[in-house]
Amino acid sequence: MPSPSGGIRPMPELKRLLPRFIAPLLVLAALVLGPAPGALAQSVGDTLAKFATDRFPDTARGVEEIARSGHPTALEIVEALGENRLAYSQADRSVYVIGKDDQVRSAETGAPVADIAPNQLRRVRINNPVRSAIAAALGALRLNSADPVQRRAAAEAIMQAHDADQAPALEAALGREKDARVATAISQALAALRIVDTKQPESVRLAAIDTLAERGDREALVMLRNVPAEAPAAIRQRAERAAAAVERRLSILGGVQNVFFGLSLGSVLLLAAIGLAITFGVMGIINMAHGEMVMLGAYTTFAVQEFLRTSAPGLFDWSLLFALPLAFLVAGGVGIGIERTIIRFLYGRPLETLLATWGVSLALQQAVRTIFGSSNREVGNPAFMTGSFDLFGISLTWSRMWIVVFTIAVFAFLLFVIRYTDYGLRMRAVVQNRAMAGSVGIRTNWIDALTFGLGSGIAGIAGVALSQIDNVSPNLGQGYIIDSFMVVVFGGVGSLWGTLVAALTLGIANKLLEPLAGAVLGKILILVFIILFIQKRPRGLFAQKGRTAES
Amino acid sequence: MIVQRLAGRLGLSELAFVAIVAGLAVLVPLANLTMPEGSLLHVSNASVVLFGKWMCYALLALSLDLVWGYCGILSLGHGAFFALGGYAMGMYLMRTIGTRGVYGNALLPDFMVFLNWKELPFTWYFFDWFGYAALMVMLVPGILAFVLGWFAFRSRVTGVYLSIITQAVTYALQLAFFRNDMGFGGNNGLTDFKDILGFQVQAQSTRAALFALSALALLGGFAAAKAIVSSKLGLVLVAIRDAETRTRFIGYRVEHYKLFVFVVSAVMAGIAGALYVPQVGIINPSEFSPANSIEAVIWVAVGGRGTLVGAALGAVLVNAAKTWLTAALPTLWLFVLGALFILVTLFLPRGIVGTFGAKFLGRRGTK
Amino acid sequence: MRFTRRRFLGTTAAVAGMALAAPSIRAQGAPVKVGVLHSLSGTMAISETTLKDVMLMLIEEQNKKGGIMGRKLEAAVVDPASNWPLFAEKARELISTQKVAATFGCWTSVSRKSVLPVFEELNSILFYPVQYEGEESSKNVFYTGAAPNQQAIPAVDYLMSSEKVQRWVLAGTDYVYPRTTNRILEAYLKLKGVKPEDIMINYTPFGHSDWQTIVRQIKAFGSAGKKTAVVSTINGDANVPFYKELGNQGVAAKDIPVVAFSVGEEELAGIDTKPLVGHLAAWNYFMSVDAPENKDFIKKWQAFIKNPKRVTNDPMEAHVIGFNMWVKAVEKAGTFDAEAVIDAMVGVSVPNLTGGFSTMMPNHHITKPVLIGEIQADGQINTVWQTSGLVVGDEWSDYLEGSKDLISDWRKPMSCGNFNIKTGKCGGKA
Repeated sequence: MPSPSGGIRPMPELKRLLPRFIAPLLVLAALVLGPAPGALAQSVGDTLAKFATDRFPDTARGVEEIARSGHPTALEIVEALGENRLAYSQADRSVYVIGKDDQVRSAETGAPVADIAPNQLRRVRINNPVRSAIAAALGALRLNSADPVQRRAAAEAIMQAHDADQAPALEAALGREKDARVATAISQALAALRIVDTKQPESVRLAAIDTLAERGDREALVMLRNVPAEAPAAIRQRAERAAAAVERRLSILGGVQNVFFGLSLGSVLLLAAIGLAITFGVMGIINMAHGEMVMLGAYTTFAVQEFLRTSAPGLFDWSLLFALPLAFLVAGGVGIGIERTIIRFLYGRPLETLLATWGVSLALQQAVRTIFGSSNREVGNPAFMTGSFDLFGISLTWSRMWIVVFTIAVFAFLLFVIRYTDYGLRMRAVVQNRAMAGSVGIRTNWIDALTFGLGSGIAGIAGVALSQIDNVSPNLGQGYIIDSFMVVVFGGVGSLWGTLVAALTLGIANKLLEPLAGAVLGKILILVFIILFIQKRPRGLFAQKGRTAES
Repeated sequence: MIVQRLAGRLGLSELAFVAIVAGLAVLVPLANLTMPEGSLLHVSNASVVLFGKWMCYALLALSLDLVWGYCGILSLGHGAFFALGGYAMGMYLMRTIGTRGVYGNALLPDFMVFLNWKELPFTWYFFDWFGYAALMVMLVPGILAFVLGWFAFRSRVTGVYLSIITQAVTYALQLAFFRNDMGFGGNNGLTDFKDILGFQVQAQSTRAALFALSALALLGGFAAAKAIVSSKLGLVLVAIRDAETRTRFIGYRVEHYKLFVFVVSAVMAGIAGALYVPQVGIINPSEFSPANSIEAVIWVAVGGRGTLVGAALGAVLVNAAKTWLTAALPTLWLFVLGALFILVTLFLPRGIVGTFGAKFLGRRGTK
Repeated sequence: MRFTRRRFLGTTAAVAGMALAAPSIRAQGAPVKVGVLHSLSGTMAISETTLKDVMLMLIEEQNKKGGIMGRKLEAAVVDPASNWPLFAEKARELISTQKVAATFGCWTSVSRKSVLPVFEELNSILFYPVQYEGEESSKNVFYTGAAPNQQAIPAVDYLMSSEKVQRWVLAGTDYVYPRTTNRILEAYLKLKGVKPEDIMINYTPFGHSDWQTIVRQIKAFGSAGKKTAVVSTINGDANVPFYKELGNQGVAAKDIPVVAFSVGEEELAGIDTKPLVGHLAAWNYFMSVDAPENKDFIKKWQAFIKNPKRVTNDPMEAHVIGFNMWVKAVEKAGTFDAEAVIDAMVGVSVPNLTGGFSTMMPNHHITKPVLIGEIQADGQINTVWQTSGLVVGDEWSDYLEGSKDLISDWRKPMSCGNFNIKTGKCGGKA
């Protein structure tokens, strides 16, 4: 056995604690130095056997033991287990690691085994308790990793696992650490352990409270609240004060976060409604098939991803980029088709467009059901839309963030098209005075078709975005149609800016109400608000003025 | 006298409508109850229930046509009045179950018992009296229509804005009734009815009677609607539909006329709902769903807006088609129904009766 | 003029004729109709269409074996379009016009509630294949899905014992199944010593798609220093955005596990499950179960549906069990007559797909194993725990005030769905 103090530069307090922590230190030392091969072989064999019993508690214990053993392949074994690559043979219960390249290696020695194929082995199953054990073990094993990102993750893992045995290891690592951010993480993890450690002097525990208070997030709050009631008064009070401060900070952040949630919901509403703002708002068609255009966009995304998955998996992260123009073309094309075959006969009879487009929507839903089946289809998130990031303590999810950005882009694009392009000029002319526009040589029916196509196409690209956060099913459109009409009407029919303001207002109001009134009641209150608001302003937020305003 | 005056104004298709509905009201129960099963003249029990349901839908369509066809108010929330009437009736039917519920609680309906409610919410008081329930069937939709109309018409909310707020109303009610805390049975709604006025709901004679009542209610609704639209008031309504601003400048209090007809229509829809519930045996919040209200608008459009008879006919035809298609072509029927709606709009822009029956309607039918 | 009137009368007559037509001749040896009452359109089509296909497969297979007692079976498929009154109408049509011998159908509780009076009135048989809230027992309905004690309570037990959960979020869609299940769970948890402040109950509307706030609330609730789990009775459709939000906000299964009762392989097929690995589901069947019956069924199903990637799920198994039970009961009774078959059903035992046998109990619920599984990266759910024996479906929950004294036994002479053991009376009277 190597000497316990080997490889460690003990800090003063550590020296004092040495006798108490002699056992964990043995582990640590073993970790750092590596074991004397012969001595540990027997015990590792026992540990490995735990992976082959097919019982979760055994597996969890195996993880803990292997991490402590300091065995050279320990990290590899634990990582493999977490990735479902640890396996055992049912015949002789020996354990193997299956490499990412399907190469089978002995778990104990790491030596490749030639005569066993992966499918002859049984994978070691894991469940959540095992996963927790793995996370804790990885924390311990990676604390000395060369990669600062891994070291930081390891410190976080130890903090979450709340594994008091790791304190000495943390202390040692802190002494070595040069990267400031990793050092902070380690000291916080250490503080989380010390704060409840009754064997620590009061001053150390108080300092730990301050460290955690500085961290100031939910994790820290958990640790601060963990201070037991029987702790000395000074510690308890400081912890309570710190917890209160963290809570205050969190509740302010929560408010800001709610506004962001509202903004993101508003963007979704806007995205869904913006196509309708054109077909219904500008053209006056009560377009009940609008939701189905959104659905077509979502299914286009599905089809694109499906195609990429089989033929070009490397491009999967770009799938949305391919899907956007395609969804615009598909939905826009279907829109133009509908306009040419049905709606053009109905201009001037807006209520009848309701009947016809309702029929179209039924048929489109059933068509999608027939082609793609009636169950949900999987649309994956590309890497850049997965997970969340931290902005001044507010956690924002990438998918929502990109949808907000995307919505702004779509809105700007639309404004640009209508304001500054030749087509936009013609479109406005036709909307304002069809006869006059026709008589100056504008092909009004082409403009009608293109405008309906534009509205439908925008709905289609909304579908691409919505596929990232919602079901892709034949019912997708139905979920948005009513909200979309509310948004357009609330904003004022015919006003794009009205639609923007309405969507964001409703989104934010909804999210501010939700924590207070609950999701169901919140939504009802919003509807009541819209009803009352329309009484006050019968033409919506941004009312059209003048003769054209008469419906 | 009134009958005579009314009858004098009926066109041929309207006379035919009255004759057929009245005939059905008598003959269907007779054929169901007296003819032996297997006889050519026998009307099966299933058909009686089905016909009764259609009659209720027809009355709903009629009430919608009264406001939309003759006053230009496109309500996308008429299903709400229908459902409220249905709920009022359903609550009566729930209260009469009494101790025959699965838990044998004399006071509380079953769904309250297993959600551990201790006392009856005040909204359920008095619903064990049929008279009170019948009053509520008309009062609740009527009051909702009055409040909504009073605000909306005074603020001159018109056109799509009005349509969308009616839709918002029915949507909000749907969400509210979904909430179990409201005490109306949440999504499961009200079911398991036992009897109505002492008669077993499941008994064939009760079914036949309910059918006859529904047919009579349809006739009554038709008579009331016809009386309204063929009176001077009806003229004003049509004027409002065609040129609201002008009518106002001539000196009519447009909002009063609108309010009146809106409330009458809501009450009619409520009655339709009340008759519907004991026949189908369930009322649940999905009756409030905006799609249901839109569907009712579609019945009217298919049959012919502003013809009354057409609305009723449209409701029966669309529902008959649905009944038939969902069994005959279970995976394709939406295509057929969708195509039907498109074709009707394109080729029969004034609906079936509006296109084929215009000549035979009474005076002042369609535009 | 004549044209119009004739047309008008003609249509009316046609409409009447349509409903009057009753093909009632049933010669010996003619096919026996089996009703399939699942929504093929509307909001529930997403779940129910698969069950229709399963029924078609089962009937086809039975016919390959020569039908039942020499008579072929024929599926009578109708589309109740996720419309509850239409469910009642279609049920009546199936029974009285199409003369089906038994019906397999419904998904939501409200659809079952809607058709229940019809089945009782016309004395026909319904097999209901979905997990539900209990609190019901009808002579004419056989419940092959799980009652709360066959799903919810074992799941909570597992989390308490294996994951040491002390704090609970009960999140559900606001309708009767989640309300009842949560009420049962709340009573159960309190019985187990969980304090009221450690239970958070949250309801959302149908089809709720914006879960940002609620997921954040769950995270906040879970940061009180005690191990927290979410028990989700969120309705099928709303689960996809819920899980997407969970994944994106980084709620990992090892920190806050979510156990769901309405999420199976079909629902997961619509989600990228990599961020969800480790979240749990409680059912009586998983596609991943390693049993020869199951392998065989999956092979047949994928061949029938012509898609080697199609998944199977728990309600499908329920239909398999229900159908096989019905076949056996018909053979036992020697007739298709509903009354005789209902009597023959109790005690019938058939293999389930998890390697055991399921038996129809006198309360018209069946015995099932309870499996707890964890979601895997490939969309499958792997069993991590299961009950050692079979659990009998308990229709009247022992944890609810109103129903704890009730039992159901449809064998003669009791023949009662709500017998009160305190008063000894049928009819639930307290």
